Formats: sequence, structure tokens, C-alpha cells
Amino acid sequence: MYALSAEHEHPISRAFHVMNRNVLIAQPQWLGRDKMDDMRIAFASGKGGTGKTTVAVNLAYFLAYSKQQVQYLDCDVEEPNGHIFLKPHIEEMTPAQVMMPVIDKDKCTACGECVSHCQFNALVLILKDVLIFPELCHGCGLCARICPTGAIKEGKRVIGSVEQGKAFLNIDFVHGILNVGEPMAGPLIQQVKHNYKEGYIQIIDAPPGTSCPVVKTIVDADCVVMVTEPTPFALHDLKIAVSVAQTLNKPIGVVINRENGEFKPLMDYLSKNRLPILATIPEDKNIARQYSEGNIIIERLPQYIDNFMELAINIKKLLEIKQFR
Amino acid sequence: MTDIKEMVIVSGKGGTGKTSIAAALTSLFKDKVIADCDVDAANLHIIITPEEVVSQKEFIGGKKARINLDRCIQCNVCRDVCRYDAISEKFVVDPVSCEGCGACYYLCPAKAIDFTPQLAGYCYICRTPLNESFVFAELLPGEENSGKLVAEVRNEAREEAKKRDTGLILIDGPPGIGCPVISSLTGVNFALIVTEPTPTGVHDLKRICDLINHFKIKAAVVVNKSDINPDYVEEIKRYCENEGLTYLGEIPYDSKITEAQKNMTTILDFAPDSEASRAIKEIHKKIQKILEDV
Repeated sequence: MYALSAEHEHPISRAFHVMNRNVLIAQPQWLGRDKMDDMRIAFASGKGGTGKTTVAVNLAYFLAYSKQQVQYLDCDVEEPNGHIFLKPHIEEMTPAQVMMPVIDKDKCTACGECVSHCQFNALVLILKDVLIFPELCHGCGLCARICPTGAIKEGKRVIGSVEQGKAFLNIDFVHGILNVGEPMAGPLIQQVKHNYKEGYIQIIDAPPGTSCPVVKTIVDADCVVMVTEPTPFALHDLKIAVSVAQTLNKPIGVVINRENGEFKPLMDYLSKNRLPILATIPEDKNIARQYSEGNIIIERLPQYIDNFMELAINIKKLLEIKQFR
Repeated sequence: MTDIKEMVIVSGKGGTGKTSIAAALTSLFKDKVIADCDVDAANLHIIITPEEVVSQKEFIGGKKARINLDRCIQCNVCRDVCRYDAISEKFVVDPVSCEGCGACYYLCPAKAIDFTPQLAGYCYICRTPLNESFVFAELLPGEENSGKLVAEVRNEAREEAKKRDTGLILIDGPPGIGCPVISSLTGVNFALIVTEPTPTGVHDLKRICDLINHFKIKAAVVVNKSDINPDYVEEIKRYCENEGLTYLGEIPYDSKITEAQKNMTTILDFAPDSEASRAIKEIHKKIQKILEDV
């Protein structure tokens, strides 16, 4: 891998003083200026359970402690977990709605036009009735437009909710919760993102996998941080996730989590593809324990603050490199 | 002909150990077809290396729109009807945003839009070194329709099971509770839920259990990495009791599981006498009993 820069032997060799018992004091100018530019940082991985949420919430915490305005958006709407660590006070809950057809049976002639046009098999003609499978509907509105008798109107349907509030250190918190049984995460992810606030650094937690929900999550990010671990499964899925981010032309950096000695296939892959390592977090039972108690790692284990400072600095570098290209 | 039973391994949360446990179980169950339904991040084939790919099938996902600019009259109808903001001011369709609904195609007055099916992945039917059938798939990066590809993998697995007269299909499922998970669960006889004793593990366990109850599927729970936090192990046990879920037992955290993975083998082959291996064997016996009854 190429080094982003050796400069993070930065002038402020420690941005934090560790005071007695878990109290951190940040120097606000740790990156050389008072306020960092707005940026959207998405965290993805391919494989689940590599530590996306852990890294995302700890970076959010670190930045907030450095007097940055931080917004955390959990786009893993199937299994949102960020709130377990950030413990936000939810101030507002909005139902997430999608469009779906409503059929006026008096006007419907059972001609089957809507059924044959629907690409998602959400409409089926049974005897003289058009049945709707709402879970399959993408809300495109085509059926309503092409119905020759005007029998289809559009209504709305709730698929989940978006909650927002404040977490500690004034972190602005947003997450989406998909209703159990709803298959489509995409529209809800989009509604989570309607809450972007100007003047904030956005930390976006993506779902695992490499398919459309991940694309929807990272599509408007300024860069993608891939959180991986040194195992064959994680590497296999990392490669696919990287190719998704590359298709979208995103700057990509990697965080190696649970590092325990060199895993050569990962190092070879990263250097061959010129993917920078933004930070490394070692395998440590203490981290696992803090995680299992729902704690912020750097609050309880201040020895890891440097790892997240390095991550923040390297993300900034990653974006600067992009500007020069 | 043997009655075919389908068993799926799910977790809600990713990284709890679904695939490691699935791989271990494949070496304990005899007479089965193996299917990997985590189609956008398939991993089982790393452990169960296919000896031979019997057939590779193209998976055609949905259609995507493409505007033919020679015929386009720039009337803007397509941009008005597209709900996904997929069409630019210059009338170019962004294939990433296009959901393939066809609204622009059907409503374009100049018939300037092509709407053709796209290759979205591959489905592989393989033979393992033990000459068993193993079906897995690869969704092309960033594609949609993962649920449909899961359904295809399961269909192929059923065909293999019929052809080879095997009684069990062992399915490694995807994380989450969305489209591909629902597709992996529908119609199975039994779901094994692998969780971990952490707040996130328990949070996600409850959501996957709600989903499983929604489909009225018989399910049982295994706690992996059980020594991380005993309090949560107790909470999971209580939860299972309250919800009427079978609690199958615990697998302790064992770095040998990761080592086995790095050696591309199952924990049972890598460290047969390890605590984790013994725990998995016990769990396997219990699953066998459950499968006899479902």
C-alpha cells in the first residue's frame, strides 16, 4: 500500500490528554484549523460483523470531542445498531412511506394492462380481480399512469420509520428502522438521507453486503471507508465491496480491524490495488468486552484514541488527494 | 422418493459465525445438498472448495432503460415520470439509480428508449470433493434482485436434491431481515439462528425472530462466542424461553475457528477436539432430532 503521508507525525502529537478516569479533553485545532470541511464518510465492508458500526461510532465520538459538528446516519435499516452505542435521545419519529396503487373496483375492467406492465410482479389478475402484493411494489406509479379506465390511484404505505435526535457530545443522530417483513430497504435508506444537515461532518453507516442497499447508501458519499478484518471471508467480500465503490468512482480507504499479525493475502490485495490503510485496530479482548457492554471504545480504552485520530487525519488526506486528481 | 427438508442458517446481525457453523455442519450431516444464499457476499465456497462446477447459469435480473439519443425528442416526459431521479438533464439514464420499472420506456412518445434485461449474476452448481451437490451464486457488484437470485439458488438446490434423492438442503443465509433473507426463509422447515452475546447481537436476534415468527417457521438459537459476555447469554436464554424458541446451546469463542478459516477448512477438520468442535457436535445432534420432527 502506498502511504498517504508520513505527516501524521503531526504537530499535535497528542490531540487528547487523558485525564483521570475516562475523561478526555480535546484540543479543537487538532487538524490545524477550527472546523473541518463538511464531508460525507460512508462505512462499508461487504462482510457483516467486521466492525463497521464500531469504527463509525467511535470516529463520530472522536470528531465530536474535537469540537466538530457531527451527524451520524445509520443506513443499516434492516438491523440498525448505532443507537446501542451512541444512546441518542430520540426527539422525532417520522413514518417512512412509499407509494402504492389503490384500485377502484368499480372502474376496473380487469383488462390486465397494469399486470402486464408491472416489472415487479406486484399486481396479479385472479379471476376478475387485480390483487396487489404491496411488498413487491417499487412505487413507480406506472400502473396508475397506464390504466385505461383510470381505476388506479396512488396511496401510501408505511414500511418503517426514521428517528432522529441528539446523542451525547451533541452528535446529531438519525436512523431508519425497517418494519419486520418488509423486503425493501432502499426507499427507507433514501428517507434517512433526507435528513442531511449542512455544516456537519456526516458519518454514514452502511448495511453489510454488496447489493443495492449498499449502493443507495454510499452513492452520495465523498469517500468510502471499508472496514475489514484479516480473514479469507472478509477479504473475499471486501473485494466485491471495493468494486462497487470503484464503479461509483469513490475514493476508498481501508481500516483493518482485529488485526493480529500479518494476513498476507489482504496486504497483497491492498498494495496491488493501491488501497491505503487509514487505520489499524488490533484484536483485543478488552475491545470485545467494551463492545459487548455497548460502550464507546475510546471513552473506556483511551489508548485507542490515536487510532481514531489517525483515521480522521487519513480520511482528510484521502479527500485532499482526490481533489488533486 | 425421500422427503426433502430445508434448513437455513440466519443471524440478523452479520459476522456472528453463520458460515463457519454452516461449514462445520456440512461435515456432520450426511446425505444433503448445500446451498449458499448469501448471494452478494458468498463465502461458503472458500471452505467447501468445489471440485467441479457442473453448470454455471446466467442470472438475468431486471431490465434497465437506455435512451437512444438519435430518436429522443427531449420532451422531458421520461424525466417527469421517473421516480428515481435516474435520468439526467442530458437524457442519460444512470444505471445505478434506474430500478427498471419501465415507466419511461412505456410512456416515451418517441419510442426512444430501449428496455432490455441485464445480466445480474451467476448461479453455480458444483460437486464437492465428497461428491455432494453445492449450489451458490454471485450477484454482480451493486446489483438488485438479490431475493430473486436467492430463489434461483434454492430452486437449483431442490432440483439437485430431487435428482440425487437426498433428504436435506442445508442453506447458509444472508445477514439482515430484508429481501434476500425473506427469500431464504420462505418455505423452509427449520431455521437455525446464530447469535452472539452482545447488545447488537441480541437486538438483531429479536428482529430476525419476529420475521421468522411472521412466517411461522420452527426455529432454534445457538449462541456463538458465548464467553464474551455471560449476562447476554442469560438474556438470550430468557428471551428464547419467553418466545418459545428452542435454545440449542453455546459455542465458546475459539481463535481456532478463525485459524481454520485461514486454512480454508472447517473447525471440525482443523481442530476436532477443540471445545468449539465438541459444542458444534452436540448442537448437530440436537438439530438432527428437530429435523426428524419437522
